[in-house]
Amino acid sequence: MSANQTYDVQSIRNEFPILERKVKGKPLVYFDNAATAQKPKQVIDAISHYYSHYNANIHRGLHTLADEATAAFEASRAAVQSFVHAKHHEEIIFTKGTTESINLVANAWGNVFLNAGDEIIISTLEHHANIVPWQMIAEKKGAVIRIIPIDANGKLDIEAFKKMLSNKTKMVAVVHASNALGVINPVEEIIQLAHQHGALSMIDGAQSAVHLDIDVTQLDCDFFVFSGHKIYGPTGVGVLYGKKQLLESMQPYQGGGEMIKEVTFEKTTFNELPFKFEAGTPNIADVIALKPAIDFMNRIGKAFIRQHEAALLSYATEKLKMIEGLHIKGDVAEKVSVASFTIDGIHPQDLAILLDNQGIAVRTGHHCAQPLMSYLGIVGTTRVSFAAYNTKEEIDILVEALNKSIKMLK
Amino acid sequence: MGEHPTIGAIENEIIENFSMFDTWEEKYEYIIDMGKKLPPLNDAFKTEEYKIKGCQSSVWIHSYEKDGKVFFDGDSDAVIVKGLVSLMIQVLSGHAPQEIIDAPLGFVDAVGLSSHLAQTRSNGLRAMIKQMKLDAGVYLIKSQRTTDKG
Repeated sequence: MSANQTYDVQSIRNEFPILERKVKGKPLVYFDNAATAQKPKQVIDAISHYYSHYNANIHRGLHTLADEATAAFEASRAAVQSFVHAKHHEEIIFTKGTTESINLVANAWGNVFLNAGDEIIISTLEHHANIVPWQMIAEKKGAVIRIIPIDANGKLDIEAFKKMLSNKTKMVAVVHASNALGVINPVEEIIQLAHQHGALSMIDGAQSAVHLDIDVTQLDCDFFVFSGHKIYGPTGVGVLYGKKQLLESMQPYQGGGEMIKEVTFEKTTFNELPFKFEAGTPNIADVIALKPAIDFMNRIGKAFIRQHEAALLSYATEKLKMIEGLHIKGDVAEKVSVASFTIDGIHPQDLAILLDNQGIAVRTGHHCAQPLMSYLGIVGTTRVSFAAYNTKEEIDILVEALNKSIKMLK
Repeated sequence: MGEHPTIGAIENEIIENFSMFDTWEEKYEYIIDMGKKLPPLNDAFKTEEYKIKGCQSSVWIHSYEKDGKVFFDGDSDAVIVKGLVSLMIQVLSGHAPQEIIDAPLGFVDAVGLSSHLAQTRSNGLRAMIKQMKLDAGVYLIKSQRTTDKG
């Protein structure tokens, strides 16, 4: 679509079969996109087509089905490479999700390069998936974790970060966009500062990959991780981008088939990239179905989708702020299409139950970011998050349902 | 005061009450109202010790024994959940430990609460029931020991 075309949200909705269903007798309003996005028909069909027509194990078989499956699998890798603008296809490692990608980096890199007294810097905004793997490797290696503070709106304190950096810093692992608040971090600056101190950088792109243009070469990050299911693709597939030289210097994460070159009982030589990090039979069907998800975003145009989502976010923010006692958390200019809020005197769980009865799916709770919630002094928030197929009419339905729920609860 | 009705009789009464609601709004307004009317739990019991894990909200259940019967009180920071706490207290409080342990609690399904509350939340309800039955079990064992000694 070109910029002067109008955004045809109805034709986009038609590509998502699930949007036709009803919940509790009402048309589904799906505002839990930051947890997982719905899938276009092409993604669903790709999975079914693979199992119906060319299911085979990849990279080894010498038959037609294996050739076709291998070609489709590697075509997905090429699509991801171009999606994040990586220089080499072997810099794209398939994992089962963001969490596994981070664990892979923490272990395969940390086991080789971390020493006692070394420092890993993360931020207050992190999802548990970008806290716990680092805590585990830090404990094993005697390394120290330091936390970049934020202000009341969820903005990182870059000055404090600068003061934390030293020659002890070995890794700076920060989230690109906060899952709980939507706030976008200045990762370009963070990566540069890390490099100036000889540290590496890992960007958690779980929330950003679907909304922002990702160019790992321009960012110059050492690692970038994200999940397939949040970018309209299947669950069970994730991506680790890593700089080639770095990946080559790391230990394998798991041992098994596919990742080896030669095995004797005395010694094993490891396969080359990317297979060194893809032990065992991978999630072939879902990796293959990731390509149509990327194709979907490319066809509509990420910038075009972003524009639509920004309009939804600003409309929703304006309407939500009119509700008495409602406070937006992370009310900053630079954010992805997430509105996270609290309402005075109302528990998020009560709200979620009543909204569900009105066909509306939102996320409530601590969003797997308990340190952030405790910093903000709240038990949790209600989070609405938008995708390419959401509409202003759905926001009107949400606001009406919120008002009704508040009335019932007060 | 007459004889305290059995758990089964109380469950039937609740099922009958809920059958009068035509809409989900009426049902939840009733639960919310029950939550609001439940007397707040003494702060001394609003501690980690009495907190039930596995709920998105905080839930506390406290129990005590009197004349061979187990009594419960409880609280939650979410009003619908507090309504559910109130409902469970109404059903289970004031009965002999064995009766509490044996209660099938079919009313939860019958009034459509397990289907109306998603899995993660109804886990909270299940955790609540499990805790109340565990407490009853503790009093049962205590009473058996006393009997043995006597």
